[in-house]
Amino acid sequence: MEILNAFFVSPFVDMAEYPVFFAEVVANGFLTGIMYSLVALGFVLIFKASETFNFAQGVMVLFAALTLVGLQERGVPTWLAIGITVGVMVLLAMAIEKVMLRPLVNQDPFILFMATIGLTFFLEGFGETLWGSNVKRLDVGIPERPLEVPLGGDFMLLNEFDLWAAGIGAVMVLGLALFFHRTTIGRALRAVADDHQAAMAVGISLRTIWVVVWSVSGVVALVAGIMWGAKSGVQFSLSLIALKALPVLILGGLTSVPGAIVGGLIIGIGEKIGEVYWGPLVGGAIENWFAYVLALIFLLFRPQGLFGERIIERV
Amino acid sequence: MAGPETSPAEAILEVENVSLRFGGVQALSEVSFDVQSGEVRAIIGPNGAGKSSMLNVINGFYHPQEGSITFKGVTRRRMRTHEAAAQGIARTFQNIALFRGMTTLDNIMTGRNLKMKRNFLLQALYLGPARREEMEHREFAERVIDFLEIQAIRKTPVSRLPYGLQKRVELGRALAAEPDMLLLDEPMAGMNTEEKEDMCRFILDVNGEFGTTVVLIEHDMGVVMDISDRVVVLDYGRLLADGTPDEVRRNPLVIDAYLGTVRD
Ligand SMILES: Nc1ncnc2c1ncn2[C@@H]1O[C@H](COP(=O)(O)OP(=O)(O)OP(=O)(O)O)[C@@H](O)[C@H]1O
Ligand SMILES: [Mg+2]
Repeated sequence: MEILNAFFVSPFVDMAEYPVFFAEVVANGFLTGIMYSLVALGFVLIFKASETFNFAQGVMVLFAALTLVGLQERGVPTWLAIGITVGVMVLLAMAIEKVMLRPLVNQDPFILFMATIGLTFFLEGFGETLWGSNVKRLDVGIPERPLEVPLGGDFMLLNEFDLWAAGIGAVMVLGLALFFHRTTIGRALRAVADDHQAAMAVGISLRTIWVVVWSVSGVVALVAGIMWGAKSGVQFSLSLIALKALPVLILGGLTSVPGAIVGGLIIGIGEKIGEVYWGPLVGGAIENWFAYVLALIFLLFRPQGLFGERIIERV
Repeated sequence: MAGPETSPAEAILEVENVSLRFGGVQALSEVSFDVQSGEVRAIIGPNGAGKSSMLNVINGFYHPQEGSITFKGVTRRRMRTHEAAAQGIARTFQNIALFRGMTTLDNIMTGRNLKMKRNFLLQALYLGPARREEMEHREFAERVIDFLEIQAIRKTPVSRLPYGLQKRVELGRALAAEPDMLLLDEPMAGMNTEEKEDMCRFILDVNGEFGTTVVLIEHDMGVVMDISDRVVVLDYGRLLADGTPDEVRRNPLVIDAYLGTVRD
């Protein structure tokens, strides 16, 4: 009884008793969730265009952040350094298209997946050779003051940096969604995702689409790298934030843009709530796996993912 | 083997000595024929004769080991598919290749791809000229939809459509590109008589009203004899005969090839 009470009753009583604190938890989860959405979008874009899971997405985050910090350390002003890094990510996309995607066209997607694993090790080594492997501090000048937001006669405590990160992330996510659904190239990308040959037959160049998509996901990686790098320093573990996107992908599906967005928010908020209200009951440190449990529970009820069509096997 | 009555000036497409191999399989051997501007040209032949391979060579999916293709005066052996599309070649597929995640309208809009200018920022924000351009293309797509009498399924995801309608949407996507030459790989396969009649009518209307050159592969001999101006017969990757439907029908080699293979 005691245990049931602790797990299923008192957390909810707590939520109801301190609504402002609960709102604070949700808001914090929301802010992190936007960043998860962003990272997940990087995966989704590449999956749609190349039919492969890009194992190197995480290390692209690290590589972008390393390049940015490296340039800053050599005295390049922040804005210029960001511009140059974007350029580097585009060049990287072009190189990937030329040496990896083009030769492997029409091969099994699994081979391409293996190639992205190769890319991971290459980028990791290349980044360290270029910029060194010690932990670096990244500061792009976003303020980090705590902010008190009035709410129902009380105050909610938020970090200004998180707000900025969420704002920038939201703009990126929105921009990508518009890009994807409103532009010619977005429609072309959806066409490529559905049928390569038919896409080519209506005049879409696969190579162009690949370069665009890998560039965009490189820029997404850079933004994620800046936000997380500024929080926790630029070091190898930065490439692990890609793991944070996995439950989002389980939830939202590998092919759905809205799935990645909503999935990121659900995981972000759910994870925070779980950590604050249930974490202490199991001795904390549930952040690392709670998101997966959440995604799996969700799948019990919607096996096709958030936005997938119901799968009905034809026999 | 071009017919003696064709002068190269009128030929929109010339296929010269094309040979195509897949490993040990000789899909096409030294095939030559031409297509005149504005005609309906049929390619017939038993299963595995190399008909689809021929279309795939023409629109750049396959690159022949020997021979050349001349389209609108430009000669090439290798060409990328999207470049062929840019030159004015549109096509449909033997196994329907629609964009399954999209609606009928979106599929047909994709056919407009090459006609669209690319200003991403304006497009994304849906501003001014971008909006106007999108509207113009929408209008064209709607005209195609009206022409093919598929208004009722404009907003339906194509994966939910019955086979016959999917074939029609695929034709619509090809027409949306306003092509000079239309390649149709078995546009009527698997259709009932009524659907076939509709499809024939659409093909003849496109050809008659817009002067679009049509190259089509078809197994139904009745249909072929009815709608085509000239017929190419392939057999085991070789050109067996080339001429008007009547000439081809009387050709003893063709009769042999077809009596030798009992088919649907
Ligand atoms: N991509 C490919 N790889 C290997 N072999 C191929 C390929 N495409 C075609 N072939 C082979 O080339 C030959 C001709 O095939 P093609 O599809 O052109 O015939 P078809 O005349 O269109 O037949 P059908 O009436 O069955 O559609 C066949 O032996 C086929 O197996
Ligand atoms: Mg065929």
